[in-house]
Amino acid sequence: MAKTLYQKVWDAHSVTKLANGQTQLLIGTHLIHEVTSPQAFGMLRDMGLKVRYPQRTFATVDHIVPTHTRVEPYEDPLADAMIKELRKNCKEFGITFFDTHSGMQGIVHMVGPEQGITQPGTTIACGDSHTATHGAFGAIAFGIGTSQVRDVLATQTMAMSPMKVRRINVNGKLKPGVYAKDVILHIIKVLGVNGGLGYAYEYGGEVFDNFNMEERMTVCNMSIEGGARCGYVNPDQKTIDYLRGRPYAPKAATFDEAAARWLSFASDADASYDDIVTIQGEDIEPSVTWGITPGQGCFIGDSIPTPESVEGGERANVELALKHMKFQGGEPIKGKAIDVAFFGSCTNGRISDFREAAKYLKGKKVKEGVRAIAVPGSQLVKAECAKEGIDKIFSEAGFEWREAGCSMCLAMNPDKLIDDELCASTSNRNFIGRQGSKTGRTVLMSPLMVAAAAVTGQISDAREVFNI
Amino acid sequence: MALEKITQVVGRGVYVPGDDIDTDRIIPARYLKCVTFDDLAEGMFADVRFDSKGHEMKHPLNDPRFKGASIMISNKNFGCGSSREHAPQSIYRSGFRAIIAESFAEIFFGNSITLGMPCVEASYEQISAMTAILEAAPETEITIDVTNKRVSLAGKTFEVNIKETARDALVNGRWDPLGELLEADVKISQVASSLAYMA
Repeated sequence: MAKTLYQKVWDAHSVTKLANGQTQLLIGTHLIHEVTSPQAFGMLRDMGLKVRYPQRTFATVDHIVPTHTRVEPYEDPLADAMIKELRKNCKEFGITFFDTHSGMQGIVHMVGPEQGITQPGTTIACGDSHTATHGAFGAIAFGIGTSQVRDVLATQTMAMSPMKVRRINVNGKLKPGVYAKDVILHIIKVLGVNGGLGYAYEYGGEVFDNFNMEERMTVCNMSIEGGARCGYVNPDQKTIDYLRGRPYAPKAATFDEAAARWLSFASDADASYDDIVTIQGEDIEPSVTWGITPGQGCFIGDSIPTPESVEGGERANVELALKHMKFQGGEPIKGKAIDVAFFGSCTNGRISDFREAAKYLKGKKVKEGVRAIAVPGSQLVKAECAKEGIDKIFSEAGFEWREAGCSMCLAMNPDKLIDDELCASTSNRNFIGRQGSKTGRTVLMSPLMVAAAAVTGQISDAREVFNI
Repeated sequence: MALEKITQVVGRGVYVPGDDIDTDRIIPARYLKCVTFDDLAEGMFADVRFDSKGHEMKHPLNDPRFKGASIMISNKNFGCGSSREHAPQSIYRSGFRAIIAESFAEIFFGNSITLGMPCVEASYEQISAMTAILEAAPETEITIDVTNKRVSLAGKTFEVNIKETARDALVNGRWDPLGELLEADVKISQVASSLAYMA
């Protein structure tokens, strides 16, 4: 019978049926970080349990680690304690740790692919909802809570119910100045922030075929913002080419065999789906959010909606969003003055994001009065930027050039908005308070749109600013 | 370890209205700087309950009429966003023992069930009817019958929904699956050894 990748991976990793009807699913790869793991290790200790497969858990620090310094102890004693706690836990339980001095530290969803740990046909779990990023490689990857981190540490398995699969085709081509970020913001706007509840999203179509691995990661990363706990792209030659030679990828002698196996996990051509959605690439424009959920978005040329334009409970959502954002319904979003530009995160902190923006930022200046922060997603990205002179382009333009981490995407470290600052952000969430100030305002957009906003000091159409 | 069989939850309710109440709102990230879950109650909805000086703001969770509530009621997609288990932990540690909403984000739902905190789905109309009763009589006792998927208050009964796997786990006292997962030790080894990347 024809199967989707999701079904094939599920079947290959099913251990047994649990009494309540759920499946005990083997989690082949487990990623951990400093914020959602300490309690899990504490529970293991309390119960006298060991880590079942320590070689299949990989750790790094990203959420809380400062990006302005790497000198320990860190100013925030709680942050310092959490990082030291992870270091201790990894040592005690024999877990590989990409620490701050390894040259390989970074946001956990950057490190997995960079190291070749993320592979097609595998299951990947992490105590972080953006784990779906790894789906770009044809892995079934999803976020879990801390009790499940405990379960995976103790048994390398967890209890799970199968999801339905929705195929999302983006056909045709993207117009110049339209990026992967615009594609996922558009998908979330069309299907809603809860449209994906109960689903895994399988992304495909010509636009995804043409995307490089990093663009696929950007889209899969934000699946959860559409309610889908996991999202993936079927593996192809680009997936294989990306993984070849990476530290944790199979070595030369066995690589081709592994590659053939990886490709066999791709959904069968005649697989059936629970739902199919088709979007035309040419219809997508550069996208921004105007509200307090990633689904409250529009194209750059659109006006902010009025509460009257929507029905029922949705009206209260729009009213709350406009009140928080201090926007009026009916106004254009373009031209809103920004205070902060944030460039980074597991959505858009990769080398291709920095390269693309640097192409246009060269010789330009960040508008006076705008605080602009560039945070490479990983130390490897930072090193590559230095090699290519990208760090200089950003610095000379007026961006602060930081150390790798999650930074102002969730503002657990000192990188925060102040009061009601408006931030043009490459990150993934515009929730109230997300960037560290409860009155702070976030407008999500692509890296090039953030570069354009930084230069003009207002929300802008990057195609106009950079003559694209 | 034997777990409690959670067949019903009885208590007073409080309505926290809104769709898409995300886990950053339920517990702001700064409260995640901890190595245990013990002190999370103080962070629950902190940024909408308190102003920057720590004074209480107008919010249902500050309303004295609803003090002591143990059942939270909300709308669509409750608990969306971050996977932080700190969110349901903070609700549970604030004295709540069940949540009724139109729908729940999946990770939040799973995290809550693993704590033994039922998440019950009701329609917009049902929630409107329940919260109208509470608004008129805040002390009304609510009974969630997990076994039979019913919510009763003020002489009215609502047929509601709870995912079958969760219902089964709650009423049979197996909502924390770790014990059962550990039992499959031999099978875990078998499946792991069948996967090339696990070798």
